[in-house]
Amino acid sequence: MSVSQGAHDPASAEEEAAIAGTGLLPRIAGRFGKTLFSLFVTLFGLLLVTFAIARLVPLDPALAVVGPRATQAQYEAARKEMGLDQPIPVQFVNYLSDVVRGDFGRSNLTSRPVIDDVRDAFPATLELATLATLLGVLLGVPAGVVSAVNQGRWPDHVLRVVGLLGYSMPVFWLGLIALLIFYGQLGWVGGPGQLDVSYELSYELDVTAYTGSILIDSALSGAWDVFANALTHIALPVFVLGYFSLAYISRMTRSFMLEQLGQEYVTAARVKGVPEGRVIWVHALGNAMVPLITVIALSYAALLEGSVLTETVFAWPGLGLYITQALFAADLNAVLGGTVVIGVAFIVLNLLSDLLYTVVDPRAR
Amino acid sequence: MSDMTHSERSGGLKAWLTSDTPASRFQARAINIWFAWRDLLRNPLAVIGIVIIAALILMAVFAPLIATDPPNRQDLAARLLAPGVDGHLLGTDELGRDIWSRIVYGSRVTLQVVALVALTAPIFGLVVGTVAGTLGGWTDRVLMRITDIFLAFPRLILALAFVAALGPGIVNAIFAIALTAWPPYARVARAETLTVRRADYIAAARLQGAGTLRIITGHIMPMCLSSVIIRVTLDMAGIILTAAGLGFLGLGAQPPLAEWGAMISTGRQYLLSHWWVATMPGLAILIVSLGFNLLGDSLRDVLDPRGGQK
Repeated sequence: MSVSQGAHDPASAEEEAAIAGTGLLPRIAGRFGKTLFSLFVTLFGLLLVTFAIARLVPLDPALAVVGPRATQAQYEAARKEMGLDQPIPVQFVNYLSDVVRGDFGRSNLTSRPVIDDVRDAFPATLELATLATLLGVLLGVPAGVVSAVNQGRWPDHVLRVVGLLGYSMPVFWLGLIALLIFYGQLGWVGGPGQLDVSYELSYELDVTAYTGSILIDSALSGAWDVFANALTHIALPVFVLGYFSLAYISRMTRSFMLEQLGQEYVTAARVKGVPEGRVIWVHALGNAMVPLITVIALSYAALLEGSVLTETVFAWPGLGLYITQALFAADLNAVLGGTVVIGVAFIVLNLLSDLLYTVVDPRAR
Repeated sequence: MSDMTHSERSGGLKAWLTSDTPASRFQARAINIWFAWRDLLRNPLAVIGIVIIAALILMAVFAPLIATDPPNRQDLAARLLAPGVDGHLLGTDELGRDIWSRIVYGSRVTLQVVALVALTAPIFGLVVGTVAGTLGGWTDRVLMRITDIFLAFPRLILALAFVAALGPGIVNAIFAIALTAWPPYARVARAETLTVRRADYIAAARLQGAGTLRIITGHIMPMCLSSVIIRVTLDMAGIILTAAGLGFLGLGAQPPLAEWGAMISTGRQYLLSHWWVATMPGLAILIVSLGFNLLGDSLRDVLDPRGGQK
């Protein structure tokens, strides 16, 4: 690092070796180790916060179990059984070990283990967020490229308006308006829920739950009528969520592309006579894709979260709807379990994008 | 002093604000703000944003004069009237309350949320960021790790969980939003602190005997302000949307308080038959957060040419 005069400074020699030599893998592994460490610290923090929230609640969980007519002895026994008589740090350690084993307690609302409820609800959320992200990428990236190439002209202005509206619109309101127009007025799509009521029976009979995703399962089971009906129901929430993804991804694509198009290698390629289309879509976009990967992962994570409101509007039986319903039933186990699962997905996606960045971009290693 | 009298003689306030030889620190600052303001007014989008926000503030302050009805007066004979019928500008809701008046009074709730969050979260973030940046070492590492943890959380979900624990209500919703909104400010403030903490003027202040507290509050925090202010303006739209989302879920303002998100939520039941009940408050949210986004975007261009998405 510094200006070390000694020829045999072991520390600097090691550092130099690390910089000059060693393969790609050790460096990625080193970064992976750091990432893993920060993953654990963040997860620990997440659990600390959810634990603190559980302690903040003015409800006494033991009293909730035994009811108001229990004797003092019954109450004490329940407290002891739930581990509430132990010091707070011990309770936290118990909570950690429960969560690590996938035990989030029992939901009062469904009287099932929270982890089972979450496992049933998560695929529906994932299905929605994945399709919306696909839509956002497939439309947003080309839109961003076109607007960067036409900077200051009308395609650019159109995109700016689309982006600003996306940042300013409540997602649940757009969902309601979309329902009003495309379901209520035009009748082009299915209403709230995953299926028409008339298809629910054939879903029970014909479809095997392989993955929990309604589109994949009905296709795998060959129940194409159910598939078609599910498609009309998922279309609207996907378009609504996809719009927000598109607004974000296209804005970011535009700014990354503008940066790339100003680089000398672009001029060099043009001077060499490379066709303009190839310069834009292969050379420049190829380089812009590197930071875009992070943006796409972030928007995917944001959609997992944004699904809370969208699922409420579309009565979509995912994790978001589960959490909100649990909220109103004062079902804290379910709320915190769902929070932890979404939080973990969020954190993992964030770190994954960080890691992917290193793999794709040699300069970041 | 002779400068002051000279400029005052030749044109009063305007000349004082455009003088290229400021006579005091106060005048120098005023000149800076004046030029930024002029740059801002040259951008039509910024003007639209300023007009929208000014309209929101006027609406909140003069709500009783602008509203045509008391916000909670029910008239069951006039339920779900369409916009324009019987002098109800935007129609009435399921209890016959005038939607326009409720939106006007709802601006008070929105402004209250925005003001409280804008006063608490950035200040907390500013303190955390400047302290971490100035002290360095372990303090820095611990504080920034905590910041990163909060930053890695999904904001709406965390706010939901907090509200679930604290109980629904507008005050708890504001608290939950503020609790999830401070980390970006801490990051910004720390970054700014790191660039100035080794500056000569800090060393000079220290040699004059200034304590750490005085250095942070008097010499470092002011340097972080402009970055934080830009960030606050850009965040306002997100805060309004989060508050509306909590209201929509029934976790924010409680009935009968007129709050835009909660109004959409009740309008939802009448969506297909009476579209205006849910549509109108949503338009209000859209316009206001658009105003903050337009202003924030332009403010960034004026005050911080580096950070723009140009």
